[in-house]
Amino acid sequence: MSTGEPEAKPARSVSRRSALKCLGGAAAAASVAACSSNAERAKFVESFIRTNFRELSDEDRQGLIKHWEKKYTKRYGKPVTVSATPPQKDVLFGYALDISRCIGCRRCVYACVEENNQSRDPQVHWITVLEMDKDKGVDLHHANAHYDAESVPQPGKFYFPVQCQQCEDPPCVKSCPVGATWQEPDGIVTIDYDWCVGCRCCMSACPYGARHFNWREPSIPADELNTETEYLGNRPRPRGVVEKCTFCIQRTRNGQYPACVEVCPVGARKFGNLLDPESEIRYIIENKRIFVFKKELNTRPKFFYYYG
Amino acid sequence: MKEFFRFVGGSVRIVTRGRKMYYAWLGVLVLLIIQGALAYAEQFRTGLVLTDMRDPLSWGFYIGNFTFLVGVAAAAVMLVIPAYVYHWKPMREVVIFGELLAIAAILMCLLFVLVDMGHPERFWHLIPFLGTPNLPSSILAWDAMVLNVYLALNLVVATYLIFCAFYRRDYNHSVVTALVILSIPAAVSIHTVTAFLYNGMASRPYWNSAILAPRFLASAFCSGPAILLILFQVLRRTTRFEIQKEALHKIAELMAYAMAINLFLFGAEVFREYYSNTEHLVHTQYLFSGLHGHPSPIAKYAWGSVILGIVAFVLFLIPAARRHPVSMNLGCVMIYISVYIEKGIALIVPGYTPDVLGQIYEYVPSITEVRVSVGIFSVGFLAFTLMVKVAIGVLFGDIHAANVRDGDTLSPATAQPAG
Repeated sequence: MSTGEPEAKPARSVSRRSALKCLGGAAAAASVAACSSNAERAKFVESFIRTNFRELSDEDRQGLIKHWEKKYTKRYGKPVTVSATPPQKDVLFGYALDISRCIGCRRCVYACVEENNQSRDPQVHWITVLEMDKDKGVDLHHANAHYDAESVPQPGKFYFPVQCQQCEDPPCVKSCPVGATWQEPDGIVTIDYDWCVGCRCCMSACPYGARHFNWREPSIPADELNTETEYLGNRPRPRGVVEKCTFCIQRTRNGQYPACVEVCPVGARKFGNLLDPESEIRYIIENKRIFVFKKELNTRPKFFYYYG
Repeated sequence: MKEFFRFVGGSVRIVTRGRKMYYAWLGVLVLLIIQGALAYAEQFRTGLVLTDMRDPLSWGFYIGNFTFLVGVAAAAVMLVIPAYVYHWKPMREVVIFGELLAIAAILMCLLFVLVDMGHPERFWHLIPFLGTPNLPSSILAWDAMVLNVYLALNLVVATYLIFCAFYRRDYNHSVVTALVILSIPAAVSIHTVTAFLYNGMASRPYWNSAILAPRFLASAFCSGPAILLILFQVLRRTTRFEIQKEALHKIAELMAYAMAINLFLFGAEVFREYYSNTEHLVHTQYLFSGLHGHPSPIAKYAWGSVILGIVAFVLFLIPAARRHPVSMNLGCVMIYISVYIEKGIALIVPGYTPDVLGQIYEYVPSITEVRVSVGIFSVGFLAFTLMVKVAIGVLFGDIHAANVRDGDTLSPATAQPAG
């Protein structure tokens, strides 16, 4: 996103929105007959005609957030908050993973599921851990994603967790036909679940298998729901849309570490601000032997692997 | 405008009258459409979990059929070029039917994309000004646009030509020629853009080949005319449709060239994969043999496609063989099956297998996918049948403005033979 864009956008979206209101109103008239109250009718039309979250005014965003908070609170029978925390200034998030420490316990996988409200049935995991042979190095064609995490680490094996690499030049964003996924100023690639059409172009475009589709209605038991949610992050997703790791946007934009970093029992996961020369992540990049996954594709990940 | 309404009225009369066989055919199609619609309703309610696609293989049978049909639609252009630009007489009727086939094929393409979407009701997010199409960077956004332009072009040209024939007037040659010339790059573009959809993904080395778009065009110029050749013969037997032998032979000759180019490009691809023997070879190995000592479940289809393609080429290379009705039809069926496999299973499955993290997910289309696809093909056949019925009635039958004007009903003599 260039700096000049935000000023130019509102005017365009306002005119299209008003045009849409007329159109959507007419088109939805038939189905609206089924809704009982005026308020409900307004909501229905609004949900159909709203535009991409990125282009909404602050006022519209607040309205939308209230709408979802009410809906989730009703669905799960307990108060759920939805926030739209803005990115912090002068922050560009980066991640580093020490593959000589990782033991393949998959605690990160499950901490992520709980924190980010992934579906339990069917199971959706944003992190995939691959078991690889030490004598072959990072060789995907001999990697095993279905190893038994109860008996790790295995002799002669090492473990290679993969999640969204938060590319500087993300092929998924480029491929999305409706602009439902984009890169935020702090480097996080986000998805508007209410704008995604579910065509899955981004999944084919992603070289890291980081994107996951809700093949059926996701299910999360109410008592396991994380009620502090972010609009572009861990709020419960509908069926038929794509989701992925957001570096725990709901935590990291508020100064916390991602859940996977906190839970890692061996301290293999590091996280910080790439623009801060004093940060741990900068120290690792400057002093360790780092590499990025599939460098030849020039996606420029902000997720670095290193040998500690 | 009034004239157009009368044309529409005349068309409705044509399609609602026919012989028993015609009604039986329509009945079968409607039944197949209903079963497809029921399967889709279930998929819409439950989600795409009813397909066999999953995260490692996120596109399957639907998108394979879509890709194949874009090729069929694009191939109409091959017949358009000599007919209109070079005023080659025997091809005129061929072209109208080619365009009608293109319309039916695009209709099926759009339906296949729609049923593959997680949220089909949000399709309008793709429409310029209404939604937010991600142009110029998203290839799917471009694809949606060129497909619709191509559909509109063919609809306009075919409707206009039949409309003029209905009133027994000469059509405006400069306008038609201009539109037809425009439809040539449009046809090339729909298949090129569809190829770029795969081709542009650096994440999938199997698709990331510079000759993918040329291969798409070459194979389309084999399968599209193959379908037309068979359809023409069916129509010639069952209706008043007339076509000169020369036209059929010319199409067969053009197909022989296309098959040669298609096989050459395929060979070039295979050479590069096996000779350079990089880690990206795994996808081609999965296609033709298997990985990690397990035979691949799709190898039989892949080999079948290659063998059928070679045999069909040999048949079409020999002038006597491609002119003989039996060997010509045999060759058409062979090349059709060959390209259907090449653009479906052999394109999609190895692209995703092994997946980007080296894992293998074995995919077989689910019952829902097959049922929905049969339904969509039936919609295409139905649309094509109705359009062809009108076209034949007007172009070869006695049906035109003069005898539709007065009476409310057509005499059986004029209505019957068109069916």
